[in-house]
Amino acid sequence: MEPVLELDRVSKHFPGHKAVDQLNLTLLDGEFFCLLGPSGCGKTTTLRLIAGFEEPTDGEIRLRGQAISRLKPYQRNINTVFQSYALFPHLTVRANIEFGMRYRGNPARNALEKTVEMLQLGDKIDRLPAQLSGGERQRVALARSLVLEPDVLLLDEPLSALDPNLRKQVRGELKDLQRRTGITFLFITHDQEEALSMSDRLAVMNQGKIEQTGTPQDVYLKPSTRFAATFLGPMNWVNSTGIRPESTRVAPAPPGDDVRTMPAQVEDSIFLGNCVHVKARLVTGEPFVAEVPRTMPRFMPGDRVHLWWEPSDELHLPPQ
Amino acid sequence: MKIRGLGFYAVLAYFFLHAPIAVLLAFSFNSGRFTVWEGVSFRWYEAALRNSQLLEATLNSLIIAVAATALAATAGTLCAYALWKREARWLTSALTLSLVTPEIVMGISLLAFFQWVFRSFSVHLGMHTVVLAHVTFCLAYVVIVVLARLRTMDNSLEEAALDLGAGEWQAFYRVTLPALGPGIAAAALLAFTISFDDYVITSMVAGVDSETLPMVLYAIARRGANPVVNAISAMIVVALGLLVLVSERFRES
Amino acid sequence: MTRLRRLFLAPSVTLTVLLFLTPLGILLVYTFLTRGAYGGMGAPWTLENWVRVADPLYLGILVRSVLAAAVSTLLCLVLGFPLALFISRAGRRKNLYLFLVVLPFWTSFLIRTYAWMFLLRDTGLINTLLISAGIVREPLPLLYNYGAVVLGLVYGYLPFMVLPLYAALERIDSNLLEASSDLGAHPWQTLKRVVLPLSAPGVRAGLILVFIPCLGAYLTPDLLGGGKTILIGTLIQNQFSTARDWPFGSAVSLALMAAVMVLLMVLARRHGDSLL
Repeated sequence: MEPVLELDRVSKHFPGHKAVDQLNLTLLDGEFFCLLGPSGCGKTTTLRLIAGFEEPTDGEIRLRGQAISRLKPYQRNINTVFQSYALFPHLTVRANIEFGMRYRGNPARNALEKTVEMLQLGDKIDRLPAQLSGGERQRVALARSLVLEPDVLLLDEPLSALDPNLRKQVRGELKDLQRRTGITFLFITHDQEEALSMSDRLAVMNQGKIEQTGTPQDVYLKPSTRFAATFLGPMNWVNSTGIRPESTRVAPAPPGDDVRTMPAQVEDSIFLGNCVHVKARLVTGEPFVAEVPRTMPRFMPGDRVHLWWEPSDELHLPPQ
Repeated sequence: MKIRGLGFYAVLAYFFLHAPIAVLLAFSFNSGRFTVWEGVSFRWYEAALRNSQLLEATLNSLIIAVAATALAATAGTLCAYALWKREARWLTSALTLSLVTPEIVMGISLLAFFQWVFRSFSVHLGMHTVVLAHVTFCLAYVVIVVLARLRTMDNSLEEAALDLGAGEWQAFYRVTLPALGPGIAAAALLAFTISFDDYVITSMVAGVDSETLPMVLYAIARRGANPVVNAISAMIVVALGLLVLVSERFRES
Repeated sequence: MTRLRRLFLAPSVTLTVLLFLTPLGILLVYTFLTRGAYGGMGAPWTLENWVRVADPLYLGILVRSVLAAAVSTLLCLVLGFPLALFISRAGRRKNLYLFLVVLPFWTSFLIRTYAWMFLLRDTGLINTLLISAGIVREPLPLLYNYGAVVLGLVYGYLPFMVLPLYAALERIDSNLLEASSDLGAHPWQTLKRVVLPLSAPGVRAGLILVFIPCLGAYLTPDLLGGGKTILIGTLIQNQFSTARDWPFGSAVSLALMAAVMVLLMVLARRHGDSLL
């Protein structure tokens, strides 16, 4: 696949801090890419650099091989779905969607109708944004950008304004929409579950830099840094070895020789519905969590147990 | 937290705020000349409406207020937008200063300025100088109101317009300006009432042909009691009250 | 953006520089000139006008003006606070009550001042009523004194105090009041220990918004004070009209401006909030 968007050692410095620091990133044509990181890691600044709302201090941004770093937002074939959706409050749904079409010289009629149908906005077309539900607003924001058929669609935490029940449903719809349109999506989020469930590839970002890029499986199972490992899911640490709670087993007696095992004492046992989290402390002092099936006999605080795991589940990551 | 007597106090406070005007309005219908009630009559309204000096002054006031409001609202809106984009400390300070400058000082300084200019050009005080003076003191009010509106506006609204391909002017004209509409209307209403009401500055910079309604009212009021003033006051209060009410309704819908 | 921004700023920059700053600059130049025979002015350059501003006679007027403004401002605070408190706790009718406070502001200041003349003068409503009720025989001297001026100022600027107070009180989380009474505080103690400290920003804003216009007031002292109570606004006006002493009038004007600016800087700068 062709690279559609490339960030080449891009930096953005604000007085007193480096929001984005020598960042490299390549998006392939037609993929769903997630940029994942905690708040303040520079992911929104990265998006604003790509959209053209900020100018990079250093480095180059290329869209289909063309340098675009110095172009104005309206000169780039990139569109954004804003976190607040930023629908124009004085314009109807139709006028919102048509807003950009007059500047991009689009084939008009057909494109509008196709988009409206794809996002199921047909019966809302003459309403004002204030008369729409949260989910409908999000679909208008998507329609307004998608109708322009951008090379890349940027989505800035577009699910954060929705209520939690709707969020999971919309994840699937977004992924489906991306497949159908074939447009490259760059999705920004701080929610690792969102990133893992939606993306073809994802990048973990921290302190202005990309820590790791890869498929969700790669990054979850083979994190290359401690930060990436802990940001994607909980992790138990013994020195520089990490073991995920779901790979950790609990046994009353030492298991066989071909596995790693550690004696520990149970501190608490938490029933979570679909599973049980056993909180224990190793004799060496480290806290440990094991996720065990709820069918297992219940462990009580004070129980002396053995925690064990397969050597293949170990991740060796020295502290940074 | 329940504090006894607060409601009773509020009644007294509202009485203090509204009774003087209410009494004034009531006595505008008094048929007698003095503050003794002698019966209902419209004679002072008739007298006011037959007074050509008053009518001319009212017309002058309206022309000045409309012109000053239009100019101040335009300049102030553009200024607020530019300041919202990027702060300009000296201009903000100067506008704040103009807001707290005592009217008498502003009036005197404008008079000094106009006299100084007119020494070089053969122009005289008149409607144009009054309009310019009014624009000057209305400007900061417009900037404050519009800037406050801009600050509560979603920042990404304009970025969205740029993102969808609109240029900077188009983004301003098609997105920001309509979103600012109610704010600009409120600012214009404020500018209009301040301009229509001003006496101190106007009296300094007005020429012989540009006597305004407040100037005539002031002159009559200084001379002593005159029920005609009550009648004019009643008409102004009702007209401005209606204007405010209509704009409130307009803003709610 | 920079080109559009410059274009947008041009009208207001021109207005501000030409019609606000330049006129003040002209006054500044005038303060160093000598008054001529027929109201004109010219050389020699002098500091005499500034020296005269510090003359005990004029300092007295300044002190009196500051006192009148301070008394009016404090009265506005004392009268306005309970009203703002009432409105902030009025529930659904808040907006109506607030509108009733602002309404007089939308009617002409001149008319509001005239309304008090109508009430207070010797043949005014109050005296007429008092005499016809037989309470007094001669009309009370209600108008044209210091008290009438303070009354007019309080009446004129009370809304300026109530609005910021209301805004500050409105922001106080009602849970805080419940928490306070839950912890055993009597309503008055809640008022003193929770509400008052939290409304401090509103009090500060109200003090600025009322004190500054009161200090430079001209219309109210002129109409309600008559010729008797000379305050600084009247003093300035006199220098330009009857006394025809522009250089000295300019010096007094700029001294007043300086006082206002110092006040604004002390009150607003320390707390980092500005009017704009």
